[in-house]
Amino acid sequence: MNTYLDFEKPIESLDSRILELKSLNESNPSDLLVDEIQEIENQINTSYEKIFSSITPWQRTQISRHPQRPKTRDYIENLITDFYPLSGDRAFSEDKAIMGGFGKFRGQSVLVMGHEKGHDTYSRIEHNFGMPKPEGYRKAQRLMKLAEHFDVPVISFVDTPGAYSGLGAEQRGQSEAIARTTECCLSLGVPIVVVIIGEGGSGGAVAIGTGNNVLMLENSVYSVISPEGCSSILWKDTSKTAEAAEALKLTASDMLKIDVIDKIIPEPIGGAHRHHLVTINNTGDAIENCLNVLSNQHGNELKHSRQERYLQIGRLGLFSEKTTTANEVLDNKYGKSRPQQPFYLNTKIQIFFLICVALIILFFYWNFN
Amino acid sequence: MPDNAWQKCKVCMTMLYADELEKTSYVCPNCDNHLQIHPRLRLKNLFDDGQFEEIKYPSNFSDPLNFKDSKTYRERFNQAQEKTGMDDAFLIGMGKIKGIPTTIAAMSFGFMGGSVGPAGAEAMVKAAEHSVTFNTPLVVFTCSGGMRMQTNQFSLQAIPKTLIAVDMVKDAKLPYIVVLTDPTSGGVSASFGMVGDVTIAEPNASIMFAGASVTKNTTGETMPEDVQKAEYLLEHGFVDQIVHRRDIRDSLAQIMSILLKRAA
Ligand SMILES: [Zn+2]
Repeated sequence: MNTYLDFEKPIESLDSRILELKSLNESNPSDLLVDEIQEIENQINTSYEKIFSSITPWQRTQISRHPQRPKTRDYIENLITDFYPLSGDRAFSEDKAIMGGFGKFRGQSVLVMGHEKGHDTYSRIEHNFGMPKPEGYRKAQRLMKLAEHFDVPVISFVDTPGAYSGLGAEQRGQSEAIARTTECCLSLGVPIVVVIIGEGGSGGAVAIGTGNNVLMLENSVYSVISPEGCSSILWKDTSKTAEAAEALKLTASDMLKIDVIDKIIPEPIGGAHRHHLVTINNTGDAIENCLNVLSNQHGNELKHSRQERYLQIGRLGLFSEKTTTANEVLDNKYGKSRPQQPFYLNTKIQIFFLICVALIILFFYWNFN
Repeated sequence: MPDNAWQKCKVCMTMLYADELEKTSYVCPNCDNHLQIHPRLRLKNLFDDGQFEEIKYPSNFSDPLNFKDSKTYRERFNQAQEKTGMDDAFLIGMGKIKGIPTTIAAMSFGFMGGSVGPAGAEAMVKAAEHSVTFNTPLVVFTCSGGMRMQTNQFSLQAIPKTLIAVDMVKDAKLPYIVVLTDPTSGGVSASFGMVGDVTIAEPNASIMFAGASVTKNTTGETMPEDVQKAEYLLEHGFVDQIVHRRDIRDSLAQIMSILLKRAA
């Protein structure tokens, strides 16, 4: 049973028409039917193009939470072979809101983890709607430290409305768990590639969403507070969600402008929820590109560049002081070496070389003519 | 007479005069409730002879989101500056506590709920840099509702940024001491607030990740009142000691002198 968001309603009847025609075509194949199906599919694409050409941040927020949107489990099933799940924080319990384990990603050993929201009523409850408790974050710490121990990179999928805020979570130190897990991300000596695949809900997202590279699907959102929460606190009115979503600047393109993310992974027309495999494969390609670059860096370089990344966020255009004592402290701690490009790629050297060549040619031209 | 000449104690409902409260460091003389205290007065009362040097941090107003709800961010920000006489939610000072040079960063709830924005994140970096440069312990007094909504990601990414700052102090083997005061919640408790080498709390301070109303709205659970109090956190292992405000100076001096191996 598909779910249609308010603004997707025009698609619903077209989808059901296609289903009808397809079943007709199965019992009674005909070229006319095939043509008509193609015609309706074109209509669907046109409708979606229209919807997405003027899509609002609030609509994107709704897409990011779409029940049919691919979840962490789908990414793991399609991108990871030999997945070997790991459970529990070894202190209190297992928390299914964060799933994770070892596996092979395109031939390479990796540790993969992520928030899992579930895909139907039963599994949503089982995974607590992707809202981790402290034990979920502590499990993530345990897994990341294992990855570091065995020197394999970490792939982390972010998709959470936020950390769970119930009684038990407070009792067991939700704040401490988030702080320590973020610390763990910052100090890990192996590459961490983060992909925000749906909702990036505040501190609960940051805790496993802090990495060397942060990628974001086109229709995902990332925010310090949900539009609902913001609306009720600042507007004192729960109905101003669209205004709040607009004001919060929570979309992928907003994140890219301020360097909170490194790359947007485009979604096919209609969104990830209509095209699971294409989206997941695009995501896999983007992760692979990141890992290829990061695999050339050693532990200290990885920590250095990761911490620099987070020190610089918010400084661009805001403060005149871009390099501070903190940057120097990092240089001293992890060594100054920054990834250097080969000398022949340096623009100044290239221009100098070209001028030399031109002069030599001119020299010969004048002498022998 | 200014508006803040008197205020009501939330616990015993006594009307208290500012003159009187200044003498007790804003502890209710009637019921011992710890009211919020202005960071400037707090620092003055903590440092030897009330002397300290204020450390400035990059706090120029920036509104990258051009944020507006029922009021503009600029309006709220200007009001907060006027009300508190501070640049942003942090006040950083360096002075001596019983002879020990110490850097203190104290937060004001009066400044937009003590919320941390881009300047707040830089304040923590500055305080940590100062502590490392001058080889002093860093003491942070938290008092905040969390991260500042009006600067969304610039606030949220203060979680990793402030943790990097704290890490610098720890790497230099300098004590990082957190004093949790009423209230401390959200992104502040979920970052630099909960990673102290030593963590103390003021009596009866509310300390939490999510407020009771958020819990009610998202989970339907009713949070018992005592759960998010300093005493409960002590019992559950998240705080080392609860210290009365008048004793915090002694307490800090004692632990810092031990950790820094100073001659008694
Ligand atoms: Zn009282």
